[in-house]
Amino acid sequence: MYGCDVAVVGAGIVGAACASECARAGLSVIVFDRGPVGGGTTAAAMGHVVVMDDSEAQFALTSYSRRLWRDLAAELPAEVHYEACGTLWVAADEEEMAEARRKEEFCRVRGLRAEILDEAALREAEPNLRPGLRGGLLIPDDAVLYPPSAAMFFLGRAPQNKIEFRAGSEVRALNPDGGVILGDGTRISAGLTVNAAGCGSPDLTAGLPVKKRKGHLVVTHRYPGHIRHQIVELGYLKSAHSVSSDSVAFNVQPRANGQMLIGSSRQYGAEHPGVEFGILRRMLERAAMYLPDLGRLVAIRSWAGFRPATPDKLPFIGPSAGNQKIWLATGHEGLGITSSLATGRLLADMVLNRPSEIPVAPYSPARSLLEGKAHG
Amino acid sequence: MSDANSRFEVVVVGAGPAGLAAAAAAAESGRRTLVLDATPWLGGQIWRGREAKGGSGSAKRWLARLQATDAVVARQTTVVAAPRPGVLLAESPEGPREIGWETLILTIGARELFLPFPGWTLPGVVGIGGLQVLVKGGWPLDGKRIVIAGSGPLLFAAGAEYRAAGADVVLIAEQTDLGKLARFGLSLPRLAPRKITQAAQYQASLLGVPYRPGCWAVSAQGADRLEGVTLRSSRRTWTERCDVLATGFGFLPNLELPRLFGCRTANGAAVVDDRQESSQAGIFIAGEPTGIGGEGRALVEGLIAGFSAAGRLERAGRLEKKRRRAMAFSRAMDRAFALREEVRNLASPETLICRCEDVARRDLEKFGDWRAAKLHTRCGMGPCQGRICGGAVEKLYGWDAASNRPPVFPVQIGTLRDPEPGSRGASK
Ligand SMILES: Cc1cc2nc3c(=O)[nH]c(=O)nc-3n(C[C@H](O)[C@H](O)[C@H](O)COP(=O)(O)OP(=O)(O)OC[C@H]3O[C@@H](n4cnc5c(N)ncnc54)[C@H](O)[C@@H]3O)c2cc1C
Ligand SMILES: Cc1cc2nc3c(=O)[nH]c(=O)nc-3n(C[C@H](O)[C@H](O)[C@H](O)COP(=O)(O)OP(=O)(O)OC[C@H]3O[C@@H](n4cnc5c(N)ncnc54)[C@H](O)[C@@H]3O)c2cc1C
Repeated sequence: MYGCDVAVVGAGIVGAACASECARAGLSVIVFDRGPVGGGTTAAAMGHVVVMDDSEAQFALTSYSRRLWRDLAAELPAEVHYEACGTLWVAADEEEMAEARRKEEFCRVRGLRAEILDEAALREAEPNLRPGLRGGLLIPDDAVLYPPSAAMFFLGRAPQNKIEFRAGSEVRALNPDGGVILGDGTRISAGLTVNAAGCGSPDLTAGLPVKKRKGHLVVTHRYPGHIRHQIVELGYLKSAHSVSSDSVAFNVQPRANGQMLIGSSRQYGAEHPGVEFGILRRMLERAAMYLPDLGRLVAIRSWAGFRPATPDKLPFIGPSAGNQKIWLATGHEGLGITSSLATGRLLADMVLNRPSEIPVAPYSPARSLLEGKAHG
Repeated sequence: MSDANSRFEVVVVGAGPAGLAAAAAAAESGRRTLVLDATPWLGGQIWRGREAKGGSGSAKRWLARLQATDAVVARQTTVVAAPRPGVLLAESPEGPREIGWETLILTIGARELFLPFPGWTLPGVVGIGGLQVLVKGGWPLDGKRIVIAGSGPLLFAAGAEYRAAGADVVLIAEQTDLGKLARFGLSLPRLAPRKITQAAQYQASLLGVPYRPGCWAVSAQGADRLEGVTLRSSRRTWTERCDVLATGFGFLPNLELPRLFGCRTANGAAVVDDRQESSQAGIFIAGEPTGIGGEGRALVEGLIAGFSAAGRLERAGRLEKKRRRAMAFSRAMDRAFALREEVRNLASPETLICRCEDVARRDLEKFGDWRAAKLHTRCGMGPCQGRICGGAVEKLYGWDAASNRPPVFPVQIGTLRDPEPGSRGASK
């Protein structure tokens, strides 16, 4: 049965953005998910829209995507809870302050707003932070949002009848000639198929180097104004390179309703989906080093999710190396909420042979062959 | 974990009737037993406040039986999580506590079911259990006009208590119709002879209060607070002026802890075998979490769980007949007081289902299951974490609103964080 121009597997924020951009360009799209819209990693995420600069390519993708979010902000429905609260990068010591200055210059040169805060300015910006921190860097145009509603909005944003969503549809395999084979054996053909199955993407595209990287979050009661920005430590520089594969970093988010989300942790090789107390405690301990009152606030839930991670920290966007009918939009690790919009736009550009605003080569799935070797 | 106060052969979570009986049975059998409860008193919901007054009736007997043993008691100690196998994490006045167990007995009771109907969020509309708690705490109801509406024998118990606290009980509206009630009444002498004397006592203390079977509250009215309630029966619809509307739709088993441990549940209750053992070896469950059955069932299940946990299966087996009778009684109750479709479905499209996140029924209606509805409306993501609205959607749509994420109760982050419970210093 001929289904559509584009079959998208996965109704996470990435699949939803791809479906939306293709449908807005006039293609007919069917989206398949074994669960509801945004019920995978998208449901476990923090929803921080943040420009990151681990590499030029990462910066290009995240800053482009943040711009798309800002352009869309006025159209976002209330339930997306989009708020441009900005990111406050906190420097504990002189070494981290040097990193703040480097980041500031990096942004300034590339035309993004960034502002160095000294110790006093930091205290004024976030009075509940521990005294004695060296300073910080404010990135005012970063934002926070509620990811599942954003995914839902993307699907609904397409012109009438252009996107069909099939909830509760397990995809067993991708048809090499385009289209998908469902769990019950039904074949649905399509001009091309997009594997946007997040952590499930390697099950459908053999050999894809996407691995699960587990993360924990804690949500609190409502404490409006306790923090005002998404606050992240610059100390991650030291911990990120540690030999131990598990790491925690201070990363807290104010939500529109006054709740706070507390992160973050990163674990490789953890398969169990439940909350692990060892790492949860380390994460909260770390957060309390920055927010000394934290111990007295009340947590109402904790959970864990899996980030779909690639060896070089860049997602796969484009036709797969072996088959031009099977495309990839996966591997966004901890930045899939941020870069979903850019991913959808770039993918649609390539499908339609439109020029792209940023170079697409760094995200090409073809690179995985080379990278795969380098990383073993 | 070498501390004698942090490791026990048997740990009983919850000190209501089921927990007291379980702890007594385990301790009498020579097991090193700890029984803990979130409240400052022993006796759970039903015997709240009795301990301080020296107890009476069965409360007195069971408290004395426990006190005669070596069981250790921990009050104001709330289990919030299970950080490692065989270890509980609890919040207590002394700070976080880790408690090691070899055998665990969960006797954590039930909570009130709230069904949304137009006006249910007005100040003045309360649950009967919640109001009982206030009354037992000395809250005066002098001259307040109270309508009690819902289902089950508890409506009487509540009415008697409110009246004793000075309330003017205007009406008790029982949604079950007279025919069903009569059949249930006829089965009482066989199933639970003692309930008849109890019922007679309540009736005496409620002399002059109209009791209307086959009638239910459809909406509550008022500008800023409750002013009246509209009731309906098969024959008519009318409005009753009142200051307080106390609703009692029944109870929901507390299943957060069983689910956290991966114990199997079915039809909204924990699944256990004849010895009260759950699907997880070494974890026993007794009382309301296995099915709403009142004090009698809680006591016998508690005893069985306590003896079984101590390895005295033969002793536990001798209680089998009693247990069967208690189960038959709760099944008869379930049948007699099953909520009618009209009552489960009172919410209008505008009625709030989730009070924490302001989610109306019409917002939920678009979704096919709890997870999708929760994700996209944030229903159940507020402070109560679905403890209230979860029950409502189970009754409205048959959705399973379970969560197995810690903490089981809201808890200070300091409790979750502390790597060495009991040693929390000021420096941290
Ligand atoms: C704790 C945590 C915090 C995070 N915080 C942030 C943040 O602040 N900012 C940010 O930008 N990113 C953040 N992320 C990362 C972000 O959540 C992910 O990058 C993003 O959600 C990935 O989206 P996705 O659509 O690729 O995957 P998913 O959301 O997982 O979507 C994939 C979908 O595919 C479906 N699927 C898979 N296999 C099949 C199959 N065979 N058949 C049918 N359906 C299938 C799944 O059901 C799922 O719905 C965080 C992640 C975690 C875990
Ligand atoms: C609000 C309310 C009012 C009631 N009023 C009456 C009445 O007037 N008359 C009547 O016949 N029946 C009444 N009942 C029903 C009655 O409680 C039960 O029939 C009976 O007490 C069941 O006994 P149980 O031991 O199973 O549970 P409970 O008596 O509810 O005992 C459970 C205990 O476990 C504790 N607990 C739960 N979770 C945790 C945790 N994580 N950590 C530590 N402790 C925990 C609770 O604090 C509680 O003390 C009421 C129930 C409720 C909920």
